[in-house]
Amino acid sequence: MTTASVTQNFQGSRSLPKWLAPTLLAVAILASFSINSALASSNPEATQLNLFAVALVAVITYSIGFYLASRIIEGQRKSADRLVTILVTGAFALAVVPLISLAWTVVERGAARFDIDFFTFSMRNVVGAGGGAYHAIIGTLEITGLATLISVPIGIMTAIYLVEYGRGALARAVTFFVDVMTGIPSIVAGLFAYAAFVVIFGPGVRMGVGGAIALSVLMIPVVIRATEEMLKIVPNELREASYALGVPKWLTVTKVVLPTALAGIATGVMIAIARIIGETAPLLIIAGFTASTNFNPFDERMMTLPVFVYTSYANQGSDAQTYIDRAWTGALVLMLIVMILNIIARLVSKYFSPKG
Amino acid sequence: MSMRIELSSLNVYYGSFLAVEDINMVIEPNSITAFIGPSGCGKSTLIRTLNRMHEVIPGAYVKGNLTMNGEDIYSPSVDPVKVRRQVGMVFQRPNPFPTMTIKENVLSGYRLNNNKMSKSDADALAEKALKGANLWNEVKDRLDRPGSSLSGGQQQRLCIARAIAVEPEVILMDEPTSALDPISTAAIEDLAIELKEKFTVVIVTHNMQQASRISDMTAFFTIADTGLPGKLIEYDRTDNIFSNPKEKQTEDYVSGRFG
Amino acid sequence: MSSQAPVVKRRIGDLVFSNLAIGSGVAILVILAAVAIFLFAESVPAFLSEQDAAPDGFFAYVAPFLFGTVLASIIALLIATPLAIGIALYISHFAPRRLSQALGYSIDLLAAIPSVVYGLWGMLVLAPFLNPSYLWLNENFGWIPFFEGPVSATGRTMMTVGIVLAIMILPIMAALIREIFLQTPRLHEEAALALGATRWEVIKMAVLPFGKAGIISSAMLGLGRALGETMAVALVLSGSGVITFALLTSTNPNTIAANIALQFPESSGTYTSLLIATGLVLFAITMAINMLARWVISRRSEFSGAN
Repeated sequence: MTTASVTQNFQGSRSLPKWLAPTLLAVAILASFSINSALASSNPEATQLNLFAVALVAVITYSIGFYLASRIIEGQRKSADRLVTILVTGAFALAVVPLISLAWTVVERGAARFDIDFFTFSMRNVVGAGGGAYHAIIGTLEITGLATLISVPIGIMTAIYLVEYGRGALARAVTFFVDVMTGIPSIVAGLFAYAAFVVIFGPGVRMGVGGAIALSVLMIPVVIRATEEMLKIVPNELREASYALGVPKWLTVTKVVLPTALAGIATGVMIAIARIIGETAPLLIIAGFTASTNFNPFDERMMTLPVFVYTSYANQGSDAQTYIDRAWTGALVLMLIVMILNIIARLVSKYFSPKG
Repeated sequence: MSMRIELSSLNVYYGSFLAVEDINMVIEPNSITAFIGPSGCGKSTLIRTLNRMHEVIPGAYVKGNLTMNGEDIYSPSVDPVKVRRQVGMVFQRPNPFPTMTIKENVLSGYRLNNNKMSKSDADALAEKALKGANLWNEVKDRLDRPGSSLSGGQQQRLCIARAIAVEPEVILMDEPTSALDPISTAAIEDLAIELKEKFTVVIVTHNMQQASRISDMTAFFTIADTGLPGKLIEYDRTDNIFSNPKEKQTEDYVSGRFG
Repeated sequence: MSSQAPVVKRRIGDLVFSNLAIGSGVAILVILAAVAIFLFAESVPAFLSEQDAAPDGFFAYVAPFLFGTVLASIIALLIATPLAIGIALYISHFAPRRLSQALGYSIDLLAAIPSVVYGLWGMLVLAPFLNPSYLWLNENFGWIPFFEGPVSATGRTMMTVGIVLAIMILPIMAALIREIFLQTPRLHEEAALALGATRWEVIKMAVLPFGKAGIISSAMLGLGRALGETMAVALVLSGSGVITFALLTSTNPNTIAANIALQFPESSGTYTSLLIATGLVLFAITMAINMLARWVISRRSEFSGAN
């Protein structure tokens, strides 16, 4: 009997020692600090260290060092793999930086006016401090609500057409133009609503419902796509089971297919609302802006939250800081609404989808 | 309560493609008729013509004669929806409606057609149909649970209960046990034998033992080559098909030399 | 034997419902046609009227804005495309499995932020933050026309707009590219792995070639977004009607969309028509880009091996 000798076929080439990564990182941070301090001391205008620059230089130094070490120890193929890993992770990290900065800025600066007054007062007769976005919140709720009322039936019925009925040239054309419609710039939607209303009401028209129509142009394709996806994943077997019970097609669609897809459709509609509720440009064009509360979307100008944010900044009065504060608080409220809609949408799809 | 089905010179198309050619047969009431044959021979296509489910597929249609108790179900004046109310169907994979409870699933044939019924009538009907499908004892305590909470075999019997609740005359089963384990399969087979007391039962199966165990009549279909139409080779009493077939092709198939 | 299917009798409920569905489908085509027709009808007065809103003619008026629109969008695209590919690769192939869904969601959050908020942030946070690096770029690379001086004091430049737009189109591009990468046939990837390839080699051999058309089309869709983006540009850029390639100065060409947003509330008469006419130009360009992108996608789906 001979003892089997252990081969080393799979041990492969040398790999990086464990201590390398932390050591390299420490060196990189130290180097970055000293480089930046040296630059700062040579520049009299720079009063303090730019921490972002320190981090950036440190990361770049670390990446280059790590790549070179890998190249020397592990060889070309492995090091290329590591380089790409670093680049790709870096791309992701870089994209998250603005997200964090943006969220932090909006919360920090929006907190100043995040008070009861902001939600209960309009800007009527307000000069300088005080006032709120009550009129804008009312306007946003009404216009978004109207846009939803217009978009959801058309969107769902079109999706039903595409999935359950559509065949041939018309269906292909509708599919194509729904895709094209998703690309309409929001300001063009606003101009469209304005142009259409001018024909009816004459030049210079401003109306809340016009905003709802402009937003519908943007919302309908989103609702169609979301509903279409959901209808497509309803198993065909359910339709067949229903037909085989002697249920006509329209009842099969309304009572079997739609209920099965309902949670997904509701999610899609909420995400569509979240997307249009922050639209500014079309509302600036057709709904206009005002300091007063207007409950009637079929008459006169109507303020909305995104336009409030914009005009608060763009048309600052005396005591400019109060206008800027209100703009940031408006942005914070808008972001909160969008986040809440997104979270509810996800919860609905998680807890109300039929299982099995 | 049970129908005699006659097919004469029946051709079944998908668009311009002839899938099944020149079928002539008579399916007797209160019997089980099995369709057997290799994959792609058109037996599933043919069974779907018996309740006009075939034409649900775009471009699909039928030529020839198909009568039930003498009435041509493909006559222009016939409403396919009404045909399907008379001819129930059970599919290969159990497909209870996922948004409905067990009881709602059983009553779905009525409810989906906007038919109102009193609660006591509904309860009585659900119980009758579930008993008819040999499922009542297993689910009577949880009628309000989702249909998808049942096991595969129970789901398939739920689908049978759903089909017989609308009191059809014919029950079509398209490979009803191919997705089930042997014990669930046995339960469905026993049920099929009970069902023929009341209904005309037609079953498509891949499983020759199953056909020989439960059916009274067996039809053997085959296909010469892909792209060519499926044909009915032999149709006879089940014991003849399996013990004394007239055709060479049938003999090859049932003895396992082919397919 | 004729292959004519027999006529099927229709029920009233079916007839009403299916016509409603078809009507909705047709409505989509009508809405899109209406957008084009109304914009056209309302922009005609700008060309016919005696009182001239644009003394040097329409094209002299729109040219700098068109230039600005394209320039800003191209900068955005140049920045966003490599980043979007990186993010998509990270989420589809590099991130830990359990994390990848949450990471995708955090990128989707970027898409949910209203553009007016991006505008505020870009103007008040990003522009001052970037300005020192503009000074540095100008000092060291000022000989390149793009980095010519004098550098803006506020950072509200074409370069900043390009970066803000890049951040805004990043999520949609990353999401589209990620979808395409996830569709890479498993077999191709496994074949590459079985040959002993590293992860990067798998991506180079199987994933990127498969996703090439998809990357191009999602870049075009991102371009379409950037072209039409309004509020972020209106807030960040201090723009006017000039044509210049200098990206760091305080004189920048405005974009069509931002110009409309800034001018429209105060406009009247033929000037309104003139603005609508520029909107029509924007509409035509974005439609053309989008159609091209969709065409590339549809061609790809015909040839791809994915099921």
